[in-house]
Amino acid sequence: MTGTILGIIFNGLMIGGIYALIAMGFTLQYGVARVLNLAHGEFIMFAAFSSLALNRLFGISPLLSVVIVALGLFIVGFALHSTMFRRLLKSSPSPAAFEGSSLLAAFGLLYIIQSTAKVIWPGLPAWKTFLDFPINIFGVQILANKVVALSFALVIALAFYLLLARTRMGKAIRAAAQDRATAGLMGINVDSMLALCFGLGIALAGIAGILYSICYGASTDMGMNNTFIAMAVVVLGGLGSVPGAFIGGLMLGVFSEILRQYAPIFAMPAFYFIFLIMVLARPTGIMGKK
Amino acid sequence: MNLATLTSKKSLVPAVLVLLVILLATVPLYASLGTITLLISFLMYIILAVSWAMFSGPTGYISLASAAFFGIGVYTPALLYAEGAPLLPLPVVIIIAGLVALCCALVIGAATLRLRGIFFTMFTFGLIGASTPIIQYFEFETHGARGRYIQSMGIDNVYYLMLITFVAVMAIVYLLRRSRYGLALQGIGQNEEAAAHMGVDTTRMKVITFGISGIFMGITGAIMALSWKYVDPSTAFNLNYSFLPLLMALVGGMGQLYGPVIGALGFAYLRYTLLSNAARYYMLIFGIIMIVFILFLPGGLASLIEKGRNRLREVIARLVKGGEAGQHANT
Repeated sequence: MTGTILGIIFNGLMIGGIYALIAMGFTLQYGVARVLNLAHGEFIMFAAFSSLALNRLFGISPLLSVVIVALGLFIVGFALHSTMFRRLLKSSPSPAAFEGSSLLAAFGLLYIIQSTAKVIWPGLPAWKTFLDFPINIFGVQILANKVVALSFALVIALAFYLLLARTRMGKAIRAAAQDRATAGLMGINVDSMLALCFGLGIALAGIAGILYSICYGASTDMGMNNTFIAMAVVVLGGLGSVPGAFIGGLMLGVFSEILRQYAPIFAMPAFYFIFLIMVLARPTGIMGKK
Repeated sequence: MNLATLTSKKSLVPAVLVLLVILLATVPLYASLGTITLLISFLMYIILAVSWAMFSGPTGYISLASAAFFGIGVYTPALLYAEGAPLLPLPVVIIIAGLVALCCALVIGAATLRLRGIFFTMFTFGLIGASTPIIQYFEFETHGARGRYIQSMGIDNVYYLMLITFVAVMAIVYLLRRSRYGLALQGIGQNEEAAAHMGVDTTRMKVITFGISGIFMGITGAIMALSWKYVDPSTAFNLNYSFLPLLMALVGGMGQLYGPVIGALGFAYLRYTLLSNAARYYMLIFGIIMIVFILFLPGGLASLIEKGRNRLREVIARLVKGGEAGQHANT
């Protein structure tokens, strides 16, 4: 019995670590760049498939392709923001108008990425897992890939937190999130900070996607559910709060693992329910400030 | 005859519209089955795009819930007008579809429309993903099969039902735009706080309009289901029915009444041709078109047309003035 509970908690923390990465990326994009990235999950899917393709074509291990894909996606995200979203930002009459037009642009992006993936990788889901031999931790049998995924997720989340909280660049990012105009007057290059955050957010999605795929595989339809999971986590943790996204991700991970044991098909409805409760009762989230 | 009356729409537009409706009503007398089916899908997209733009256009609250209301509409005849055992007469079934969609829209609206638009969009984005598993589960538990068959009926009747709905939605949107109510909605979109201070009950306005747009989506779903004859959860609740109306309204332009109509016509035709030639690429192409329009022509095709018309009006006015000046010079 304790074995099962430990197993649920560990597996839950594992998937929770991945949710945390997804949600941290999502919350960064909204909190700083003010883009509600509806295509977030599509980048997760695209990263998972890219790493599978890299493995199949060049025999590159997924653990190495995390670095390659994350870098590649960072560049894509940076470029996307500095061309498309920056243009929208300059032409929008008000912040609310930018939120609307940028999420519509992201919705278009969702379809572009999803159909591109379906054209490149047609057919059935790619169920290729990696490192799927069990290892024994405190008497619980756990697949090695999950241990790898959780440790990766924790290290990256920590590194990311340190980047935001301790470095000069992190300070600049936080300043840009709080007040764009004043940050600009203080000599911060706000445009490049916003693009940087958008790129970082997508890179985090990419890392999460690869970690997810080595444990569970991937399918071209996985994006939208993941985007919604990111939304649920972010609303739980507080829209725009990075620590909130991390804690919310771990919480929802454990919760989803419990559901997976008893009623797997109700996972999405349950997330939706949590999202609804949070939106109605406390839209600022558990970590958010009033 | 004053030249300027040619470009004013007061006398010309109603006559053209009445003619158009009469023309559309006579189509089943001579057109082939394929043409009628195509026209049904055109009308469907027009209704969906217009009713999406009815709410999201003026208020700026972006709804991705169209597919949910459409799906509710599709499932109403599947339950109440099943093959071999229709429980209720057809008009009642279609009205019920509209009412169920209305109720859902009112509940969703009342819950989320008091918050910022971003929460509303997230909420509607997840609606399809969260409700499809539940419906699939209950269908499997209670019905034991994936999908349901619907009592079949002549394609002409489906066409007429769609045409009536089309005329109704156009009339309602036209009246809405001309009323104080439409102005209040515009005010919400431009500055919600200011609108509230002017005495507009913003939440109520938003919820009611969202509900009305939901009615038409539900009714359209119900009529479409009659032409499909077989429905299952994944065809009924498909996110494309949220994406396409939005795309059509956006590209057509929401500033004018006819914007979503031309957008819907263009895309329904494009979709029809692409599906038979390049089915794998059509969503990709649509996504690219959408981003291009958001970036370079946010007002849509309608803004382009209006600009062209204003230019034309100016030119004509100048010509008329020039003529008058010439006359004065002569006398």
